[in-house]
Amino acid sequence: MMNEPTVRIQKVRKDTVKIRLIIFAALAVILLVCSIFSDHLTPYDPYIQDLSNAKALPSAEHLFGTDQYGRDMLSRVIIGSRTSIYSTLILVAIITVIGTCIGIFCGWNGKWIDTVLMRISDVFLAFPGLVFALAVAGVLGGGLQNAIIALAAISWPKYARIARSQTLSLKETPFLKAARLSGSSTSKIIFKHILPNIVGPILVTSMLDIGTMMMELAGLSFLGLGAKPPTAEWGSMMSDTRGLMTTSPWITLSPGLAIFISVMIFNLLGDTIRDYVDPKSRRR
Amino acid sequence: MAEIIRYDRVDISYNGKTVVRDISFTVDEGEILGIVGESGSGKSTLIKAAMGLLGPTGMVTRGDIWYKGKNLADLSEKEIRKLNGPELGMIFQIAGSSFCPIRTVESQLYESMTEHEDITREEFRTKAAELLGKLGFDNADRILGSYPFELSGGMQQRVGIAAAMLLNPGVLMADEPTSALDVSVQKQVVEEMLLVRKTFGTSIILVTHNIGVIGAMADKVLVMKNGEMVEYGSTDQILNHPQETYTQTLMAAVPRLKR
Amino acid sequence: MEPILQVRDLTKVFKRKGQPDYTAVDHMNFDLMPGECLGIIGESGSGKTTVVNMITRLLDATEGTIVLDGKDITNLRGRDLRDVYRKMQMVFQTPTDSFDPRCRLGDGIGESLRNNGWSQSDTKNEVIKLLGKCGLDPEFADRYPHQVSGGQCQRAAIARALAIRPKLLICDEATSALDVTIQKEIIQLLSDLRNQHGEALSILFICHDIALVQQFCDRVLVMYKGKLVEQGVPDEVIKNPRDAYTMRLIDSIL
Repeated sequence: MMNEPTVRIQKVRKDTVKIRLIIFAALAVILLVCSIFSDHLTPYDPYIQDLSNAKALPSAEHLFGTDQYGRDMLSRVIIGSRTSIYSTLILVAIITVIGTCIGIFCGWNGKWIDTVLMRISDVFLAFPGLVFALAVAGVLGGGLQNAIIALAAISWPKYARIARSQTLSLKETPFLKAARLSGSSTSKIIFKHILPNIVGPILVTSMLDIGTMMMELAGLSFLGLGAKPPTAEWGSMMSDTRGLMTTSPWITLSPGLAIFISVMIFNLLGDTIRDYVDPKSRRR
Repeated sequence: MAEIIRYDRVDISYNGKTVVRDISFTVDEGEILGIVGESGSGKSTLIKAAMGLLGPTGMVTRGDIWYKGKNLADLSEKEIRKLNGPELGMIFQIAGSSFCPIRTVESQLYESMTEHEDITREEFRTKAAELLGKLGFDNADRILGSYPFELSGGMQQRVGIAAAMLLNPGVLMADEPTSALDVSVQKQVVEEMLLVRKTFGTSIILVTHNIGVIGAMADKVLVMKNGEMVEYGSTDQILNHPQETYTQTLMAAVPRLKR
Repeated sequence: MEPILQVRDLTKVFKRKGQPDYTAVDHMNFDLMPGECLGIIGESGSGKTTVVNMITRLLDATEGTIVLDGKDITNLRGRDLRDVYRKMQMVFQTPTDSFDPRCRLGDGIGESLRNNGWSQSDTKNEVIKLLGKCGLDPEFADRYPHQVSGGQCQRAAIARALAIRPKLLICDEATSALDVTIQKEIIQLLSDLRNQHGEALSILFICHDIALVQQFCDRVLVMYKGKLVEQGVPDEVIKNPRDAYTMRLIDSIL
């Protein structure tokens, strides 16, 4: 006698990574568009002072209130996005390119030059990052450009390490051996076979770094080593107004909120891109 | 002979996609069943289902797996963990990777044993040495005292089998137990498993793509292709007189040594 | 007749920090004649892959000479070495990994032709011809490695190896990662190619499956712990092994 076999219903999980990618990419694009067109988006001129309306509470007229000189905070935050976001993107682009080039070079060549460059990167990695940047920025003097140089100087080793280890492991793959056997020159192998295959993980690292770098750049500005007033930059805006934290907290908090939101968007985007590129890292 | 494990019209799905369809077979006490098939045929999935190793996305969506009156397909993860070891033993393709590299074989085996039994270190040592002796190891103490990386691949695999036998399970599930090994070592592992069956009367479900190993070990063979059962019968019948076209193709493709 | 490949006293010693040096290959000597198919068998760690890596110059030899088609290639570098690869090609164990995941199969197959000055359109036509020769439809040129099965990918790898019309084809465990039915097809393909090319194509066939070597090779070398322990016609070696290791190896086959 045969009884019917048990039937069980399985819950099917949908893969949400594509949806998340679209959402976060869209948010990041909105952020970038805002910073590009920040001139046209500000409701008031961010640099015009109106002392009769200083330290006004957030209201329908001034959504984020005004600062101690009566400048509209919303406008200043919006215009500040240009400095903050752009300098961060430039910084990340610089360290990605420099680090990757050094890393591939070391990984491919090996020998003494690899040892020398990697020991140098060890030196940079051994210092606490921001302290070292402080020293560099201190030597070079203040200013946004020098802050970028200082942060770039301490941040490239991470990319060099990743690019180097990826290159080393790629060197052992059959397809690179096959490329060598097909008579391809070194430069062809690097540009056609190595670079396209390591771009993924490096891009993910740089996406995740945007947030960190934005914070560090704002940190340097906060300490007076980055953007100088009256240039609107989120870090320096917070620094300038930190004395007002107890009496008019919105003046300090609105650029803080802007940093928080942008850092979060770029971090989430970075995470999602990593999941997308490497499905194995997806959390269940 | 009494049956020990029975698959009854089993379907297995991963995330809504059915990968194994309508598989039924029975393994008797002391019997060795070989499951053969090429990559992607679903042969490993079959034993993972009984061991509760399908992962969060896998599930037995239809049918039952009966073991001693229990339906393994319906047990909770916790209940199935309790059976893994004392009732259902598992041997992996690379036993070495299931050992922790920084602890001795003895401490690991002892730990896995205390999960299921109340036993002192002394009792354990006597038992382990006795078992290793029965399974033809002539240097039990040295093996217990060594770290996994000090043993060769074949030795690790044999120790893995002995480890599974410490809890004396009724059924041993072996997933490609010889595939990572060289031929000369492969033979030792096959002999070891045959000795296990002879000594303890353990049933073995052996999943492999190696027809030579099946021929040397199995009583019955189940041939799988694309998640479905192609042919099921005695080893002699499947290997020497296959009925289905696919089995015939498969057997003809195996290079055989002419000596 | 001149051998296509002559290996003399080939040795590889790996230097290891804090441990004694490890001799992976110890004074190997053998010849490969034009049109011959020579098998090398041995278990893991026997040094057969190291031998191949030295012959293809992916690894430098510690000692010894490799003569390919009358030319000593042991110490060639740069451009001279790239020229050597017009005479020697290789098929790897893992077909999918032997193609760049970001390039189409056609690009991989045509790479050696492009590197040797073929035009884009000539290369494209030749790739289609090569695919046909290896039993694949032209549309496979536009597929990526992960879009085809292991067997199809290995056919493409053979097409790639044959593109530049090498005199020596090295198959390093070329069928080990494949299912037996696919293995049979690939062996059939290689046999057909041997029949077509005759003396123009010699094959060095690295394999751990003795039964397969018996089916496919004219002569076999048995390696054990870096040394060549026995060589001869496969049937001879299998039926009357002279070396103790070979005996044990053949005895343990199920």
